[in-house]
Amino acid sequence: MILSASQVSWSAGGTEILRDITLAVEAGEFLGIIGPNGSGKTSLMALLSGIRKPRSGEVMLDGAPIGSLGRRAVAQRLALVEQQAETGERITARQAVEIGRTPYLGPLTPWSAEDDRIVDAALANVDMAHLAGRTWHTLSGGERQRLHIARALAQQPDILLLDEPTNHLDIGHQISLLDLVQRQELTVVAALHDLNHAAMYCDRIAVMQSGRLAALGRPRDVLSVELIRDVFGVDAEIELDEGGLCHLRFLTQRSQGRVKAVRPALRSALGS
Amino acid sequence: MSRVPHSTGRTGAGLAALVILVAALWMGAAIGETSIPFSTVAQTIANRLWNAGYPLEPIDEGIVWSYRLSRAVIAAACGAALALSGVVLQSLLRNPLADPYLLGISAGASTGAVSVAILGVGAGYLTLPLGAFIGAVVAFALVSLLALKAGRGTAAIILAGVAGSQLFNALTSFIVTKAATAEQARGIMFWLLGNLSGVRWPDAWLAVPAALVGLVVCIWHARALDAFTFGSESAAALGISVRRTYFVLVGIAAMMTAVMVSIVGSIGFVGLVIPHAARLIVGVRHGVLLPASALIGAVFMILADILSRTIIPGQVLPIGVITALVGAPAFALILAQRRERA
Repeated sequence: MILSASQVSWSAGGTEILRDITLAVEAGEFLGIIGPNGSGKTSLMALLSGIRKPRSGEVMLDGAPIGSLGRRAVAQRLALVEQQAETGERITARQAVEIGRTPYLGPLTPWSAEDDRIVDAALANVDMAHLAGRTWHTLSGGERQRLHIARALAQQPDILLLDEPTNHLDIGHQISLLDLVQRQELTVVAALHDLNHAAMYCDRIAVMQSGRLAALGRPRDVLSVELIRDVFGVDAEIELDEGGLCHLRFLTQRSQGRVKAVRPALRSALGS
Repeated sequence: MSRVPHSTGRTGAGLAALVILVAALWMGAAIGETSIPFSTVAQTIANRLWNAGYPLEPIDEGIVWSYRLSRAVIAAACGAALALSGVVLQSLLRNPLADPYLLGISAGASTGAVSVAILGVGAGYLTLPLGAFIGAVVAFALVSLLALKAGRGTAAIILAGVAGSQLFNALTSFIVTKAATAEQARGIMFWLLGNLSGVRWPDAWLAVPAALVGLVVCIWHARALDAFTFGSESAAALGISVRRTYFVLVGIAAMMTAVMVSIVGSIGFVGLVIPHAARLIVGVRHGVLLPASALIGAVFMILADILSRTIIPGQVLPIGVITALVGAPAFALILAQRRERA
């Protein structure tokens, strides 16, 4: 257990956003956080990264309360990739990654060859070395997201926190980004939208429902027809493949043949 | 290009900057309605600083030392300080249109200065610059609050700045009209436009240290400012204490603006335009951008001052008129560019 939350609650503007969340992240695991919009995924990421303080409860990093560690010390162990962080600056791809060295550089520390090496490695790692000189606003959404990950890697963290990293990417980029994250062999906590992706990539899944932790465990144990209906309000079928991975198929009116039954009735109602 | 230059390169760049600055100051002292040879300027400085004892026309020496050189030095400090404030505000607020003038900080400083000068607020305990500083901080707080209520956003803070500027300018006019004598009022109205005419050496003893302290504090936070590229949450995740950085840097920007306003009045657009020019030349990394902006701002103001003294023979334009004539079109250009990119 390297990062944990015990009974943390958080509220904003009088509205309770998170209530009594307790979870522990194990070293080396890929923990997914899923839940409907507004269920508190992003807030939980902010608390786990230490950039927000819980109203009650405590987040612990390596056995110490995260608030008691300096911001810099935290940033050297834990990197956060926010949802859709953008900039209007004419910054190059490489410069965007260089910012990741901030936690290691004081006002008077010179930029070193070692920093260059780390940035080069991070760019190569996310397969962006060939675009290092391009300016930010000429890059595609997928490329920008890779650079955010490279910046996080340049922080040389033990833990990577990702807030919906695949938002607004096409399916090819979604899969390649998650593959990229998985092969880092870091401890990863990622808020994910797509339940199938969560099932495919995560060792464990935490399910959020209106600010509470509804379930926590291996995908095959957690993802049940009842839970998905209860939390997301959709019917689903779940299949386990030979590798033990589960796959979800969502049932809609159309897939259940109800639409066809409705249409003739509609037609006669319209009198045609 | 992205690399921070090596120490030899940095020393070289520093020396080049110093040479450029000295050359600009020299021009500021030599060029004017009566042009004075560069050698006379050098001899005057030698006489005044080291008692070199060159035989010179007392009138020439007087013009160079008491009039033009003090003016050029203050113009340089003022340009550097306003440009630095602009860089800091633009980076912290992530808003390319942020500038002490547009955000109402200059207007607040004017109100503060006028309150002390005319109403006698602070009963002798508050000096003019301190009054200006309080006005600047109050104005920024008010504008920030208004912008927060209006929904953050780039446009919100500019609109809030417009409202704040109008409010504080109105307050200033009200105070001036109600309490000042006709002669005071004329002087203040001229000063409000941004004017270097009345400045003398004692003012430089305030302006130069303010600009230098500002430069050092800003450069000390250069890496922190880089970390704000993707927003304050991203900066926090990179180990920056966001609140402290805001506090220190907005405070230093308000201090620099206040000092300059108390000496030369509110000069617009320097804080807006110079940082953008500097970014085009040296890029966006603050380690280079901050000193470059300070240098370009200093040189620009010295040149603008020369222009304001020579463009209409026998007349001196307020320098704010020159900076606005250059700055307003540049402002329009930045707006148009933003629209293209969005």
